[in-house]
Amino acid sequence: MQWETVIGLEVHTQLTTQSKIFSGASIAFGAEPNTQACQVDIALPGVLPVLNKGAVERGIRFGLAIGAKLNRINSFDRKNYFYPDLPKGYQISQFALPIVEGGELTVQVGSGSDLYEKTIHITRAHLEEDAGKSLHEDFHGSTGIDLNRAGTPLLEIVSEPDMRSAKEAVAYAKALHTLVTWIGTCDGNMQEGSFRVDANVSVRPVGQKEFGTRREIKNLNSFRFLEQAINYEIRWQIEQIEDGHKIQQATVLFDPDTGETRAMRSKEDAHDYRYFPDPDLLPVQLDEDWIEQVRASLPELPQQKQARYQSEWNLSAYDAATLTGSRELADYFEAVVAGLAKPDAKLAANWVMGDLSATLNKENLDVAASRISAAQLAGLLARIQDGTLSGKLAKQVFEAMWAGEGNADAIIESKGLKQVSDSGEIERIIDEVMAANAKSVEEFRSGKEKAFNALVGQVMKASKGKANPQQVNDLLRQKLNA
Amino acid sequence: MNKTIKQLSALLSAGKASSVELCQDYLAHIQTQNATLNAFISVDNDKTLAEARAADALRTSGQAGLLTGVPIAHKDIFCAEGWLTTCGSKILSNFVSPYDAHVIEQFKAAGMPCLGKTNMDEFAMGSSNETSFYGPVRNPWDTTRVPGGSSGGSAACVAARMAPAATGTDTGGSIRQPAALCGITGLKPTYGIVSRYGMIAFASSLDQGGPMAQTAEDCGLLLNVMAGFDTRDSTCLERPKEDYTRSLNQPLAGLKIGLPREFFGPGLVGDTAKAVEEAISQLIKLGAETVEVGLPNSGLSVAAYYVLAPAEASSNLSRFDGVRYGYRTPEYGDLTDMYEKTRAEGFGSEVKRRIMIGAYVLSHGYYDAYYIQAQKLRRLIANDFTTAFQQCDVILSPTAPSTAFKLGEKTADPVEMYLSDIYTIAVNLAGLPGMSLPCGFDAQGLPIGMQLIGNYFDEARMLGVAHQYQLATDWHARAPQGI
Repeated sequence: MQWETVIGLEVHTQLTTQSKIFSGASIAFGAEPNTQACQVDIALPGVLPVLNKGAVERGIRFGLAIGAKLNRINSFDRKNYFYPDLPKGYQISQFALPIVEGGELTVQVGSGSDLYEKTIHITRAHLEEDAGKSLHEDFHGSTGIDLNRAGTPLLEIVSEPDMRSAKEAVAYAKALHTLVTWIGTCDGNMQEGSFRVDANVSVRPVGQKEFGTRREIKNLNSFRFLEQAINYEIRWQIEQIEDGHKIQQATVLFDPDTGETRAMRSKEDAHDYRYFPDPDLLPVQLDEDWIEQVRASLPELPQQKQARYQSEWNLSAYDAATLTGSRELADYFEAVVAGLAKPDAKLAANWVMGDLSATLNKENLDVAASRISAAQLAGLLARIQDGTLSGKLAKQVFEAMWAGEGNADAIIESKGLKQVSDSGEIERIIDEVMAANAKSVEEFRSGKEKAFNALVGQVMKASKGKANPQQVNDLLRQKLNA
Repeated sequence: MNKTIKQLSALLSAGKASSVELCQDYLAHIQTQNATLNAFISVDNDKTLAEARAADALRTSGQAGLLTGVPIAHKDIFCAEGWLTTCGSKILSNFVSPYDAHVIEQFKAAGMPCLGKTNMDEFAMGSSNETSFYGPVRNPWDTTRVPGGSSGGSAACVAARMAPAATGTDTGGSIRQPAALCGITGLKPTYGIVSRYGMIAFASSLDQGGPMAQTAEDCGLLLNVMAGFDTRDSTCLERPKEDYTRSLNQPLAGLKIGLPREFFGPGLVGDTAKAVEEAISQLIKLGAETVEVGLPNSGLSVAAYYVLAPAEASSNLSRFDGVRYGYRTPEYGDLTDMYEKTRAEGFGSEVKRRIMIGAYVLSHGYYDAYYIQAQKLRRLIANDFTTAFQQCDVILSPTAPSTAFKLGEKTADPVEMYLSDIYTIAVNLAGLPGMSLPCGFDAQGLPIGMQLIGNYFDEARMLGVAHQYQLATDWHARAPQGI
């Protein structure tokens, strides 16, 4: 039996406001427990919520970025359940009327010849407050409660069940991560829990129209775990069905140590959350002028840039997608192109995606922390363009620049790395090499093409790598055939 | 002791009394009366006198406002910094508030010392003050009877002259009904006029704080202090400050009083009917005209209310879970056991009944049939009033179907207790201002109240009508014997 996987994601993005969604307390990460929980956050008797306008602004921002419908009237409901880290005994969330409905995100999946585009539709995105944290360690026989996180603003982004593999889910999650950090609604810090993914996974026989029963994997905080968890879940569900079992709807947790998922609660234990409109908060009415202000403040979005890179600069879809992997990377790349007197986006793309990315990866640095500025890299590429540097020499200069030895021109000067393009000088070296390698010359002339490469190597070596390789090739062949 | 706050203010500004002297007198009176009446949950002479001294200092330095130095009692539903704030419940029996409600801040800013925190039905759920964890309040007119509720302590303390005025809250009649049963004047403002910040929530969309005093004039002066925009309450309305006493002296000539035929039906009998009829005659004598109006959906208001108020309450009271503050059961196993025991022991039976009703009407499969239907009724009821106010300026009715009943008389039958608020609940559902003022006594000498209902934001006119009536009558000035 051939199986098809169906995946939908719910992503909790923590918003980049200064303060909480319904109180003035700070949301900065890492403070001592309960030092950022005011009387509203700890739900003292009599306190009331007041909506943070910044959170609404970020909701609008996201909605505009995915081309969604913004609900001009949206509202908050109470989701009622008891838990010690939920101080009010209910979470304020948007249930009936979320701020964002619809919208889509087109993502690149795979690479090389397997690369394809996929459009993921977004069901809705709603504003809500985060809960606090229960601390089970360090408290013998009891549980500590830290309410610093309680009331932190979240935008929960719910996709349609449009994904058909873990790869697609990861591609979508990454594209979403890029987008929310790009437009500044979320800092994207996954270690600190600013971007958390729940994956709804089901399988069905290929060709079947109805969805299979889904299980929801909760709280995945890395793309790697997301992929592992989904793949495990797919295998597990197929095995279960093939063994004659039925999948029960359930919420599961992924254990990174074992690479397995395990059920947390089944549908039977599902809460009745008794949603109803929060009488402490009035419906939110979005003003058209405000929406237009937010629209005007949006930067050029990743997908817009990708289209432009392909149409204006003839870059491949893959290159365009890679270069727009983050706003910082795209900004860097564009600054390199802009720094070239003779714009050559392909050359800039090759260096940014090649040596620069490799070096950044090796040192585990973000492009913002690159030791070579975009202007410096453009200075290096200009010397390639004008023939001063060969590709090989350019790599040497790049390494020296990374080591902090200055700009390309200074390094070329101090290290004497300038490519030799003086044909008289090259001919002189060729003559010497031919004289010293009579055997190779003889072999070439008797038809062994391989000997040519050996002679080129010798010439390059004799020039300490500085000879212009194209000229060496041309002149050597002339002389040998003379 | 019989003085209104208007009169006390005059004494203070004439230098004939100090705030400390006034407070000492009231505290002494509370000391002798409270053992019988149980109107106060907390009294703290040191705190009160410290505030009185501060008020006197303000007066000495020429910074006194109109009411500086006049003491007031606060319903124990308002959080007041450093005061035990129980809401009449065991579950908050150890809760000392670390902050002041907006209403408390306003009275502090006016320089009005707090005489204590008054007893109330637990979480304001009740019409007789018998659901309080701190025991029932007794009616000063007959201590075998209830004072009404839920602001029973506030009503009783003003009636017994233990305080010249008190704050109350009104979700379905909790200011007006006890005001009627205790023979005082009490006002529930338009929803959104008084900030709910720091007022422990019962039913958020219905709750509104208001003043309770001897006269309409005093209620106007107090509302001037209490009302005002507060950014911490999103349902609080941003309106220019107004003087609620501005229409007190406006004659009643030409005033159109609406009489809802549904409120003067066969349910209204005996002395209450007679007293209200006489009040109407009095108002006509003062120049008012009457017009019959219809509130056709008002008969559904008790039913709608007992869906909506418990629904909101069931959620509002979830925070009382024993985790962060308040009562926690001394012995428990796991988390669920702690929750269950804490709430089972911490809440009284009326509160539990309403939490259960509320959870039920909000639950999956019942929400549309109950909550949504009740919201629709609420709109219809509000529309009835809008139509009625096209024909009249104020609406008049009895406040309660009967005078004060005996302690224990209605505790066995919750529905009969709920019907105590049959005339007042629609006003909360519509968000309108309403007030109760004394209009006579029954054969047993128990006070009878009449209700005035104003259009939105029309408190000043309503108070004017009440004041003109009180200038012509003395029901409001009578005090119970032996106090």
